[in-house]
Amino acid sequence: MLAAVGVAGVEDLFSEVPEEVRRREPLALPAAVSEAELLGELRRLAAADTPATSLVDFLGAGVYDHYVPAVVDAIVSRSEFATAYTPYQPERSQGVLQTIFEYQTAICELTGMDVSNASMYDAGTALAEASVLAGGQTKRGRIVLSAGVHPEYRQVLATETAGHGPRPQIVDLPAGAVTDSQALAAAVDADTAAVVLQQPNFFGALEDLAAAAGIAHAAGALFVVVADPLSLGLLEAPGVLGADIVVGEAQAFGNAMDFGGPGLGYLAVTRKLMRRLPGRLVGETVDADGKRGFVLTLQTREQHIRRQKATSNICSNHALNALAALVHLSWLGKEGLPELAALCARKAAYLRARLLELPGVDAFTAGPVFREFAVRLPGSAAELAEALVPRGFLAGVPAGRFAAEFSAGADLDGVLLIAVTEKRTRAEMDAFVAAVADYLTGAEVGRG
Amino acid sequence: MADSQRRTIYERSCCGRRAFSLPALDVPEIPLGELLPAGLRRAAPARLPEVSEVDLLRHFTELSTLNFGVETGSYPLGSCTMKYNPKVNEVACRLEGFAGLHPYQPEALAQGALELMYELGQWLAEIAGLARTTLQPAAGAHGELTGLLIMRAYHEAQGRAPRRILIPDTAHGTNPASVVMAGYEPVAVSSDARGGVDLEALQALLDADIAGLMLTNPNTLGLFDENITEIARLVHEAGGLLYYDGANSNAVLGISRPGDMGFDIVHLNTHKTFSTPHGGGGPGAGPIVVRDILEPFLPVPLVERAADGRFFFDYDRPRSIGKMRTFYGNFGVLVRAYAYIRGLGPDGLRRVSEMAVLNANYVLEGIRDLFDVPFQRRCMHEFVVSASPLKQHGVRALDVAKRMLDYGLHPPTTYFPQIVDEALMIEPTETESRDDLDTLVAALRAIVGEAEAQSGMLREAPITMPVRRLDEAEAARHPVVRQRFPEDEDDGA
Repeated sequence: MLAAVGVAGVEDLFSEVPEEVRRREPLALPAAVSEAELLGELRRLAAADTPATSLVDFLGAGVYDHYVPAVVDAIVSRSEFATAYTPYQPERSQGVLQTIFEYQTAICELTGMDVSNASMYDAGTALAEASVLAGGQTKRGRIVLSAGVHPEYRQVLATETAGHGPRPQIVDLPAGAVTDSQALAAAVDADTAAVVLQQPNFFGALEDLAAAAGIAHAAGALFVVVADPLSLGLLEAPGVLGADIVVGEAQAFGNAMDFGGPGLGYLAVTRKLMRRLPGRLVGETVDADGKRGFVLTLQTREQHIRRQKATSNICSNHALNALAALVHLSWLGKEGLPELAALCARKAAYLRARLLELPGVDAFTAGPVFREFAVRLPGSAAELAEALVPRGFLAGVPAGRFAAEFSAGADLDGVLLIAVTEKRTRAEMDAFVAAVADYLTGAEVGRG
Repeated sequence: MADSQRRTIYERSCCGRRAFSLPALDVPEIPLGELLPAGLRRAAPARLPEVSEVDLLRHFTELSTLNFGVETGSYPLGSCTMKYNPKVNEVACRLEGFAGLHPYQPEALAQGALELMYELGQWLAEIAGLARTTLQPAAGAHGELTGLLIMRAYHEAQGRAPRRILIPDTAHGTNPASVVMAGYEPVAVSSDARGGVDLEALQALLDADIAGLMLTNPNTLGLFDENITEIARLVHEAGGLLYYDGANSNAVLGISRPGDMGFDIVHLNTHKTFSTPHGGGGPGAGPIVVRDILEPFLPVPLVERAADGRFFFDYDRPRSIGKMRTFYGNFGVLVRAYAYIRGLGPDGLRRVSEMAVLNANYVLEGIRDLFDVPFQRRCMHEFVVSASPLKQHGVRALDVAKRMLDYGLHPPTTYFPQIVDEALMIEPTETESRDDLDTLVAALRAIVGEAEAQSGMLREAPITMPVRRLDEAEAARHPVVRQRFPEDEDDGA
């Protein structure tokens, strides 16, 4: 081959790389290993972890331990899906194009929106894109977010849009953790591009979306909802309640927790905002014979065509994660999703009631919840969580770790955020309540 | 089966069919009306499909057969590095000790994952020739935005507020789009007669308002910019920083490091260079590596190793730009990249680039006489030719690309970079054998022959695919972007 190329040796292939930037010594990396040795090392690293899935796991806050049916991996492992690039050649990419179309439909059905893109990286980046979209649409300079929006999503929004897009403004949560409509209304003015609520919110409280939509629209602002898509098996679709943009994290559908990534961000809008949508979008069309087919469409929104005039820089997104979500949603179907959602909600209601029976444990989240809620413990939630690990429980996410993202007056040290998926059994929850009771009794003795 | 009857999963739906199985309710069955007030509950369920499990598998399996992946055949899609994705990576990332980790579980229970991230960060820094890595960016474009926001923070810390970023006219579209998202203004730099950055044009543009330069090297023409150290010197002298778009890193692993070329910020596409599968459009990962002076600005958290050897997430970084995404990055993708680098070692990585460059040059020699070769230089891991000589037959680059599908090959990137008329950008990658390359060359030679003899057929190509050319204009004029249900037909949307 070297002769065919007309060089004497491999070195000559790099003759155009100037000598001063040529590297002569090998990279300082560990030497190669065989596949068996490699897998052995990776198994040792993985064995140094205790995955949440091996414990009685009540962690949530955006990533949830739901059962992923076997069909999901069977489909996403197919190399025709897994090893394809973005479908730039539609005649040979009808498989992925049609699955994206079907995924877009599922997201539209769940959210009550007209148009969903092909996926985003995660909820945080999807929210940042929604903010930029709202700024572009309204030509306004601020975006008002409830403090009930996940603190990490708010951090991502603030970081990503530091140079471009509306400036975020946070409305504090009152006791009970439900956004106060009056406080929201007071924060909105003629420079507000959008109002953002999360449903259920970070503490699991259910927000009054219709009221917030009214406040936003009365001021000429857009209404953005960060929605847990699994909750939409039971809860009213944000689109029905007035949302202009709906974003969120859809990891719960078909995707492993994977230490938080790659999950699945989604973003859906009304028809009116379609031409401002970031990222890939698939549309139906016909071929030269009139046969049905699917293509990437409205590509003049995108960076590879429009360059600096694009609606976003996003190129690779999370297509395979979106396929996993579509397969899981198809497996659940029209009846299974509400059934799964109700199962989670009833289990969460059970655990919440049992925990609130314990002396010293108070409700932090007021009103009804879906599959996640917060309680206030008499001592440090982080210490309780740590103490329960040896007993086999991941008690929940201590809200205190996010204290910097809430107003100084918010005392979150004793607040524990607890999620209950369909995987948790009554026996596990009863044992957990007993362990919390033991800990609190012991802790009180310890303090006395 | 007749293709014209291809149905969506929604059209396969049959009332009452089900695939799901859920655990029985083992807590009191509180009526939904007590659980959630009526105002919060859905009025109508989402119209998800009702299918059996075998319906579902047949549907998606059939769709997969309409797709083309690296395991289907050669995929010489320029700038996308469609190399083989080792199967062992897929086993590794599915280990429960990785896939089953919750991002908020205690760090003490995730020491293996943290060690993997720490090590991978160090390896990427060594490969890039720079100081410190963040694994947070989810894709290349996301890495670009992260790098540009770091650039911005750096200049602010210097008490400067330059507003413009220089980008060559050959750059990927994500570059100018990222520049705008970072709040900067992109300014194009023209290319010189050898396809590199035009030094005179660069010098004319450099002033105190320039925050930096974004460059791909080798660039999207597949050419190594021989003036890179001079370019770096000029940009640095003007107070700017150099950003390396790592999309073409597959050409230079262990051969030449971006840090040694003078770059300050580098993103690496794990889904190109480090063999993580593209997934039909992601997920990828776009870690970035920076020079030591930029380390304080990296997003939080970074993985650190304490004196006692334990790994932890460091959030205490007051000058950090913040968080670029939730949690820590596309961990499941990063496991695959780790496995790839660990399996190959330093010599294997260098061999990757040697073979990638050899394969590209071999294909170029095989087809040089068929097309216009705009730059008479040694190409790196990819090259660009112009199909303009075929215009005399009424055949365009697009027609060549579509016809390649009939030959069982994925076409190259077309019409990019924009400075080459009728561009075909070909990147064979190192994992193609000589036989594969000969097949690719033979197909291109046959197609050019057809252009002369059967140009009408070429303009109709592909002719053996599940669909013929699709009407993209109509799709954009009247967008149908979701399933329509029979009951929707009256709403006229």
